Parts: sequence; C-alpha cells; structure tokens
Amino acid sequence: MTEDQDDLISIEPERYELLAGPGYNFNLDRRDFIKTFGLGILFIVPTARARSQQRDQDESGRGFGNNLPQEISAWIHIDEAGKVTVLTGKVEFGQNVRTSLTQAVADELHVPVSSIQLVMGDTDVVPFDMGTFGSRTTPIMAPQLRRAAAAAREMLIGMAAEQLQLPSNDLRLVDAHFVNHDKSKTLTLAEVARGRKLVKVIPENISITPPANWTIAGTSVTKVDAVDFVTGRHRYTSDLKRDGMLYGKIVRPATLNAVLRSANTKPAEAIPGVKVVVDGNFIGVAAPDPQTAIKAANAVVVDWQSTTQPSNAELFELLRKPANGGGGRGRGSRPQGSISDGLAVADKKLESTYTVEYIAHAPLEPRAAVAEWTGDKLTVWTGTQRPFGVRGELAEALHIPEDKIRVIVPDTGSGYGGKHTGECAIEAARLARAAGKPVKLVWTRAEEFNWAYFRPAGVIDVKSGVKADGTITAWEFHNYNSGSAGIQIKYDIPNTDIQFHQSNSPLRQGSYRGLAATANHFARECHIDELANAVKMNPLELRLKNIKDQRLRAVLEAATKAFGWGKTKAVNDRGFGLSCGFEKGSYVATCAEIAIERDAKNRKNSQVRIVRVVEAFECGAVVNPLHLKNQIEGAIAQAVGGALFEAIQFENGKILNGRFADYRLPRFGDTPMIEVVLVDRKDLPSEGAGETPIVGLAPAVGNAIFNATGLRLRSLPLTPKGIR
Amino acid sequence: MPMPKVTELTINGRRASVNVEPDVPLLSVLRDYLDLTGTKYGCGEGRCGACSVIIDGQLTRSCVTPVAKAADKNITTIEGLAKDRKLHPLQEAFIKADAMQCAFCTSGMIMAASALLNRNARPTREEIVSFMNRNVCRCGVYQRIVEAIQIAVDTGSAEK
Repeated sequence: MTEDQDDLISIEPERYELLAGPGYNFNLDRRDFIKTFGLGILFIVPTARARSQQRDQDESGRGFGNNLPQEISAWIHIDEAGKVTVLTGKVEFGQNVRTSLTQAVADELHVPVSSIQLVMGDTDVVPFDMGTFGSRTTPIMAPQLRRAAAAAREMLIGMAAEQLQLPSNDLRLVDAHFVNHDKSKTLTLAEVARGRKLVKVIPENISITPPANWTIAGTSVTKVDAVDFVTGRHRYTSDLKRDGMLYGKIVRPATLNAVLRSANTKPAEAIPGVKVVVDGNFIGVAAPDPQTAIKAANAVVVDWQSTTQPSNAELFELLRKPANGGGGRGRGSRPQGSISDGLAVADKKLESTYTVEYIAHAPLEPRAAVAEWTGDKLTVWTGTQRPFGVRGELAEALHIPEDKIRVIVPDTGSGYGGKHTGECAIEAARLARAAGKPVKLVWTRAEEFNWAYFRPAGVIDVKSGVKADGTITAWEFHNYNSGSAGIQIKYDIPNTDIQFHQSNSPLRQGSYRGLAATANHFARECHIDELANAVKMNPLELRLKNIKDQRLRAVLEAATKAFGWGKTKAVNDRGFGLSCGFEKGSYVATCAEIAIERDAKNRKNSQVRIVRVVEAFECGAVVNPLHLKNQIEGAIAQAVGGALFEAIQFENGKILNGRFADYRLPRFGDTPMIEVVLVDRKDLPSEGAGETPIVGLAPAVGNAIFNATGLRLRSLPLTPKGIR
Repeated sequence: MPMPKVTELTINGRRASVNVEPDVPLLSVLRDYLDLTGTKYGCGEGRCGACSVIIDGQLTRSCVTPVAKAADKNITTIEGLAKDRKLHPLQEAFIKADAMQCAFCTSGMIMAASALLNRNARPTREEIVSFMNRNVCRCGVYQRIVEAIQIAVDTGSAEK
C-alpha cells in the first residue's frame, strides 16, 4: 500500500451491510482544539486526500499555512505533564491494535509505551474513520501515526533546543528525555510542553523508521491494559451504568421479515415505571430493572403478519439465480486466454461444485448500547466497528443532525465483522428519547442469532484442466453470492475466467472475518488437490510447479518443512492436508493432520478430529510477534467451527438453531495442537493479520479427510453430522 | 406473584443484601444491582461459562442460578480473586501467556480455572481440556488458556 491510498480504499461487494455510509468533513477551529485538549502541544495529521488537495491549490508547497486541513486522519497531544494522548477512529475488538498502534507511536516518538494513552472510537474527539475492518489498521493507520510521531519528535526537539539555547542537531529525544551530546543538558517532555498552547500541522515528506531499525515495534509488548481484563475491571458497553438508567427490551417479530399488524400495549403500560414505544415496525419497552423490562415486553400483545420464506433445503438452488436476473458477466477480472483452448490441451479435465452455509459471528459480548439524551444532544456508547457509520445511521433513523450525536466505543467483546451496523444503538436511542432517561439495551444471545447478519452462504463452480506433468491449463471459477474476496489466484495459469455473481440472499448477510476468502480458498485449494490426485502427483509438488510468486512459495516451504510434509504416510483413518493462499496483502500456508475417531458401536457417530495444524504466515514486517501468533492461533481455532460443524439452520422465516445449546461452537476439546511459523519480512511494509490466517484451515482439513479416507467433501461445514 | 424479599449474600467476603424476586438470576443481581460487572452475560443458558462464579467452592453458572440459591453462601467473583492488590497466580499467568484477545470470556475462564485448581492442584493437559470444555472463547485462544493454567500450576507448586 502506498501512503496515498488511505482514503482511496475499495470495499468488497460482499460488505452488503455497508452499502450506504456517511461522508463527513470537520469544520476546525484552533480554539476548539485548545478547549478539548487543554494546554500542551497538539499535532494534527491531514489525510492523504487533504494533502493532495493542498498540493493542487498551493504549488509553492507552503503547506496549510494558517488554515487547518479540512480532513484529518489522526492527532497526537502532549499535555503539560508530558503524557502523550493519541486519538484515532480505530477501535479495539480483541485484535490488539490498541497495543500495536501504541508501539508504533512509542517507537517513533521515542517515549515509553507506558506514557502513551490511545483514545479510540469516540466521535466527538477522534478524527473521522470509515471503520475498523478489512485489515487496514496496520498498513494504513500505523504509518500515519508514525509520520505524526516522527514529525512531532522533530518539532519537539526544535522547541527543546530553543529552550536550552542549543543547536537542534545537538539534541536527541531518548525515552521521553531530550539530551545533548555529553548529557550535560537535559529536558523532559513535560518541561517542553508546559504552558504551551500550540496546534501544529504535520508537514509532508516525513520519513519514518524502517522496520530494521524499530526498537519497540517488532517486539512482543504485553497487551497494554491486560490487568484491567484479568481483574474484570474493564467496562465493556454492556457493563456501563448511568444515573437513572432504565433497561430496554425489544418486542421481536414472530418471524424474520414479519410486519406489525397490531399491538395492544395497555397491559405493559400498566406496569409501574414502564415506558412502551410503538413506532412503525418497532416495539420496545424501558423499565427500571431488567426483570420488569422482560415482563413488560412479554405483556405486549402483538399480531405479526408473516410471509412464506425459503428454507435450507432450497438454499443453493436459490443462490444460483443471479440477483440481476442473469445473462451478463459477474464481477471479476477480465478473462485471460480461452478456457476451451486450455481444456483442449489438458490431459485431465475436472468439474466440481462447492458450497458453504451461512454461519454466525456469535461474538461473546452480544450487541449492546447505552443511550443518553442531554437536551437535543445524544450520546451512545456501543460496541461497533464503525463508530462514525453508526453515528450516520442514528442521524438518519432519528432525523437529527450528526453533529448532535456522539458515539463512544469502549473496547469491545469481539465482532469478527459482525458489528458494523447500529441497530442496537438506534433501538436504545429511540427508547431513551421516549423515556427521557438513559437506556441500556443488551441483546440476548437469541437476538444476536436472529436479528444480526450472517456470513454469506455460497455456491462455487470450478472447471479446470491439467496436463499429465501437473501444469494447470484452464481455470474457470464462479462464486455465487458468497463474495469476491480472495477469488483471484496466484497460480500461473494461461487460461482463466473468474467471476463473482450476486444473488438474492434469503437471510440477512454481511461481512465476516476474511469475507469470502474462506469460501474461495476452500473451493480453490480443494480443487487443486483434486487436480493433483487426477494426475497422481503430490499436492505440494503440483502447487510449487504452478506458483512463481516467491512470497507464496516461501510460506508453503516454511509450513511444509515445520510440519514434516511427506515424511509420514497416511494410514487408515489418519491423513494430511495442505492449502495455501493470499489475501489482504498477507500470505498463508496451512498443513493439517486429522484423525477419524470411529465409534465402534455406531459408525454414524464417527467424528473427524483435527490433531495438529502448522500454519506459516507472512504479513511483511512483524509488529508484535506475540500478538500476531495469538491472532493466527485464534483464527485457526475459530476456523475449526466453520470447517467442521457450524451452519445456520432456517425454515420459513425462523432460525432453528439460534442458541448455544443448538449451534455448536469450537471448544477446548476441538482445538488442535497449533504451531505457527512467522515469516518476518523486515524489508516489506506491515500488513494486517486479523483475517487472512482464517482462510487456510478448511481446505487443509478437507484435503486431509480425502487423504485419510478417499472421501472428497465439497461442502462447508465438512462433517456437521460426523463422518461415515 | 411471589412477594419480593430481601436476600442476604456474601460476595468476596463482604455482606450485601438485595431486594429482588428469589428467582432473579444471580448474574443479574451481581451486574445490575451490585455493579459487579466483571462477571459476564454470554448466552443466558449456562453454555458458554462467561458468567462463571464460585459458590462455596463449586463452579457455578450464575446466569442460570436463582439468587435465592446463593443466599447465605460464600460467593467469589473475578473481583474477589486478587488479594491485597496482588494479582492471583492465574491472573498473572493469563497475562504472561497472552491468554486473551477481546477478553470478554477471561473472567469466566479464570474463575473456572480457579475452581479446577482448587480441586486438583496438578491437573494434566487432558484434565484441563476436559474441565474447561464448558467455557467458550470465540476468539479461539484455547491453546494459550491451557498454557496459562499450566503456568499457574507451576508457580503455585513453586510457592509451596
């Protein structure tokens, strides 16, 4: 990524929930900054777009002069005590960006991690940000903060030099102290910031420290507020309490997409302290305690009009019907060569279809919001990956201007792409407005399953040809509905046609960790295995024969070496599988060993157990080896669910398994021994790593099952009912 | 309808009384009435372990435990684990092993692990996996949680 791409990002078509997003420009005033931050020095970082607009307007390159830039990507404040506050619109959901961004600033500003505090996801004080998704925090936000910190460091050295009456090239900033060459003169950060009232715009052309010279980044810094989490002190949204706060409860429709025909709210309103709101299709209550809220919601007598809706049985047939009525090409790159020519020269031709079911994010903290009105100003605390997006949704739903709304995102109990939208925030705000008191709304687990959105289901058709020597000659790939992420290939195939077709999904769907890269890697990497089998070639050998990309080869070689690929032969009911891939700037290779655990009494109860997984991962320069390993291990453990057993069952507008008793999640006992091999490329910029490590497991396991049993499974989940 | 009545509780060594219906879940009493929010709601049906507390030495799912059942018993929550501002060995071990991501499950994991170590000071890896299997970490940090418990086992026995 180049630095100017920070506001020119593309959004994958399968981020269905993001179709409308609010645009926003700050009106900035230096006095507002002083009011917000108090005394000290504030450094502000214009966005790439603001910088390039400024370049266009000002050929002389004087920068912003007396005008502040309209669009800001981040800012850093140093207060009179020398404490550093970094403000960013990114949010912390367990991916540990609070730590990694702190490391970036500490590294560049030359101050200890402990003197830095990150303010994240508070729309009144942080700069606009589209949201925390797409693995973009590390490649885009971290370099921006580094530029800000590097420029701040140089400006601060200049100020300290002036104060000490020394030439600035005689001063260095070391561990929050300014020192001259013989250490005879020193100043602290606090001594330089004291009494100042400065706003400085970070100039262009700031060079940042290359990874090879990092001192704090690149090391395994402990999660910055780990103590708050292990003691239970951290307050997630669902833990907040406001004076006079009521508890909300929504009366949900009997089926998905049902329409409200009538509601009798009188019995609920008769309960002391209860406020009932009916507005369009929305019915909710607010009460002084959670038990009364449940009682009141149950007391509302509602008549819902339901419609006939599809069920699992028809799902894949439905998804094959394109949303646009069919006919035209799907989305995708231009076809290369000719599929029919490629098939004509092939010794073996294959055609296979792969399917993936809807799965649920099931973040352990369900959606939650606390809404509080002060006059016409609304403050909402909520766990969302898009604080500004949710502010826009609130403005639209409540018909109030965005500048009357503040969204604050406490560090949240995970999301995995499932918390992009603001329905819970809107519901809490609507109830709070009616009640005239703050309202907390925490979705139940059942609500989370029924009224959020799912990872898209999909159907993938692959047609291919291969020569007897393992050269792949044709690759035709159609993904219906699940998405286009990870659909492009790193195999060097002369004839390709790769398309994504949008369909009408029967269930509400949206982003999920890695998006469709999991589905596309599953289909592709299983199919590559089928080709290897067709020409009786080792799957590793066939891959290496068709891949020139050195980074992909490097992870393949690293993973297979650590795994001992080819050293152990498959025996009855024990097998080995392999996959590799590329997505969001990162490279991954996964090896899996599986065992079939036979039930002696009932063969139908036999289960696949994933025994061991080795994954090699390369995302450029590693920022925090400890947290990167943790992300990769976690992604693999989470991927076990989608690979083996997770699937949403639905029928005629009802989710049939929308609770933890019915929807199986991966647990301790399902988790294989995981070994992670990090390929650290200090010569390359760092890429995000929260998503891509999840894509390799399912195909590696599918291929291992084939290796063990000769059974080729082409549907995710692979063995929801065990294996015969 | 049963009349609300006062329930006397002992939580982390302190007395507390609440005036709620006897069938109100202990989890709600802790969180909504006593502001002890370290114990979490994850599923409401005892399937994820985020709400784990210890009552008279027994690991308990507070989301499916009526408050009346906890009356006059000793309840330990995550807030009561650190003693004299010193972290419990399990809390230290979870930090050392980086055994968390979003950390929403962490309180429940630590309470469950503490119940395990109270009954079995030196569990094997298999015993840890089997005992902890009722607790869910959706971020998938399982391998590190097992490692953290093993670290706590080792520090615990080193202290003795």
